[in-house]
Amino acid sequence: MALKNKDVLGLRELSIEEIDEILNTAELMKHILTQNNKRTPHLQGKSIVTLFYENSTRTRLSFELASKYMGASAANVSASSSSVAKGETLIDTGRTIESMGADVIVIRHPMSGASHLLAKNVDASVINAGDGMNEHPTQALLDMYTIREKLGRLENVKVTIVGDIMHSRVARSNIWGLQKMGAEITLAGPSTLMPVEIEKMGVKICSNVEEAVEGADVVMGLRIQKERQHEGLIPSIREYADLFGIDKKKIELASPNVIIMHPGPVNRGIEMTSDVIDYTASTINEQVTNGVAIRMALLYLLTRRRVIEHDMY
Amino acid sequence: MICIKGGNIIDGISNEPYRGDILIEKNKVMKIGRSLDINFPNSVVIDAAGLYVLPGLIDMHCHLREPGHEYKEDIASGTRSAAAGGFTSIACMANTNPPIDNGGMVNFIKTRAKENGVVKVYPIATVTKGMKGKTITEIGELYKAGAVALSDDGRPVEDSNVLKLAIQYSKMFNMPIINHCEDLNLVNDGVMNEGYMSTILGLKGINRAAEEIGIARDIIMAKHYGASIHIAHVSTMGGVELIRQAKREGIPITCETAPHYFSATDEWVDGYDANTKVNPPLRTADDVEAIKEGLRDGTIDAIATDHAPHHRDEKNIEYNIAAFGISGLETAFSLGYTNLVEKGILSLSGLVQKMSSTPANILGIEGGKLGEGSAADITIVDLNSEYIIDTRKFYSKGKNNPFHGKKVKGKILYTIVDGSIVYAHSKIYEGSIDGRVDLLDR
Ligand SMILES: [Zn+2]
Repeated sequence: MALKNKDVLGLRELSIEEIDEILNTAELMKHILTQNNKRTPHLQGKSIVTLFYENSTRTRLSFELASKYMGASAANVSASSSSVAKGETLIDTGRTIESMGADVIVIRHPMSGASHLLAKNVDASVINAGDGMNEHPTQALLDMYTIREKLGRLENVKVTIVGDIMHSRVARSNIWGLQKMGAEITLAGPSTLMPVEIEKMGVKICSNVEEAVEGADVVMGLRIQKERQHEGLIPSIREYADLFGIDKKKIELASPNVIIMHPGPVNRGIEMTSDVIDYTASTINEQVTNGVAIRMALLYLLTRRRVIEHDMY
Repeated sequence: MICIKGGNIIDGISNEPYRGDILIEKNKVMKIGRSLDINFPNSVVIDAAGLYVLPGLIDMHCHLREPGHEYKEDIASGTRSAAAGGFTSIACMANTNPPIDNGGMVNFIKTRAKENGVVKVYPIATVTKGMKGKTITEIGELYKAGAVALSDDGRPVEDSNVLKLAIQYSKMFNMPIINHCEDLNLVNDGVMNEGYMSTILGLKGINRAAEEIGIARDIIMAKHYGASIHIAHVSTMGGVELIRQAKREGIPITCETAPHYFSATDEWVDGYDANTKVNPPLRTADDVEAIKEGLRDGTIDAIATDHAPHHRDEKNIEYNIAAFGISGLETAFSLGYTNLVEKGILSLSGLVQKMSSTPANILGIEGGKLGEGSAADITIVDLNSEYIIDTRKFYSKGKNNPFHGKKVKGKILYTIVDGSIVYAHSKIYEGSIDGRVDLLDR
């Protein structure tokens, strides 16, 4: 099976079958990652470019290693977000990169929909590595992979996501994806950071973490940006940590085999207390490994799709 | 002389259309009636059998961008766009660069319109000097120079005391104030309607409250200071309800909506096409229904385009940084006909009232009716003609219109301004066409 579209822009657009295919392929890729010789020829002769308008060392590195392990050439373009409003437009930049032979462009951008705009204007495949508050599909896929690996299933898994839901592309992607795979989602966070009408996505909303965490199989903490306090969206980081920080006591309410996740990097003592982080460090590190496997799977499936398409003519 | 023969006439006076002829001499309607016995050898004859003959449409709210932003639009292209949309008169907003805030600027617009325009252009001047919201303009001078209304459109007059002074002072000249109602603190960098769609698209929302607080404030101002305020581009269910209630209490306010508020919803933003980015934003299906009901029951007085042309480069970018606005002159009538008349919300003469007679009354300008001696500003439409909107064919420089590719009904065939055919069968005519009926009828 191949992916339906030339791009991976979000979990909203992916079907259950496609998600299954990606997760299964990632399993093979993870196997390769655990070998002594990590080289496979899957992407030989392919060119992957990461175009990052926001800093994210770990996501970029993850894509870069995924490309290199499979024999592709990988290059980086970084643009500061201040250059977004002036100077070369996103479409022009994308077309330039494409003209240099890129098969896949991986884009990270501070504005929602930027990956859609790029995808519409280039023939190369586009992978959304996070666009504004919209989606971060590779993060959600690796989260889903990790849950499936640990619990053996996604169906009927109770997932609680805690934090700044409004600004979180990780939350949106996870909600779309996990729900498609049959998981139940509960959200908790300050009500000023809860986007309107999100319950229409079929999620449950709690304003206190204790209630949200009760019986959860997975508790996912989100990163809170310090700016939210300056913007007045929360009275203080201190109060946030008190009300929404995940500590041992809250975790005790969850299912005994609870998995604790965080897209990283973690603000210790704010989103999670250190004892929770250390207790779950293995999962959070595992997420990073799985991230490489998921990105290898996507790059492989997208470039393979291009080969199949090409052979038809 | 032009003779329009055998059309279904809506005269803007009686409610029912009737079959008849119109004879135009120079810039006036000389005769109008059921089967006139006309036989003038030198007249241009427009065979209007099967067509509808309307008082020229009047747009009381458009942005022509000249001076300052001629790369988006200018008076030449904007008036051609108006003619293609069936508009014979348009009132242009004052948020140019520099803004139209003094008599000299009003004269500049009038002069440019005379030189380069093909329809009648009525300048609207700013409420405040430099459109800065601080002190009122020399409204007397603006009035004498020919401004027909006052508006800081693009922004609200935020300071209620400044608005109070403006409505009191403008009363001396009977100049309507058109206010763009918006609580800017609540808008807070929002780019689309706040709701389920903004949540799933991850775009910052503008709550309906931002608009409704502005409307409520203006209603209270009109009530206590006893002067009329015209509310621009109403888009929400709550806004319609506030205005309905105010009118019931006899508060002197009028309002308009724009075609996109009864023709599109925030679901159109899905896909991030910035041609759907407009302020106020496209709302939900419930709001669309409420706008239609407001039009039907008379709460909403007028339909104005809020024509806001932009350059392609200001739209073909990330949604967050794209410009707000829809280039709407060339789709207004068809959207009104398709979504209101065909759907049974308004009769055709009801639509003509909202797009011609009422705007003329609010602005105190000629037009909006066809009788003997009235200005020969006439629009002729083919209601049976179905077509697909193609923004590439726009006369406007601004191709930013989310209805591109949509099928609509009701096509403008002729636009006649002051007795001259300025638009016929998709072509703009400058200067007069004498006796070339063949040319007009393809
Ligand atoms: Zn406005």
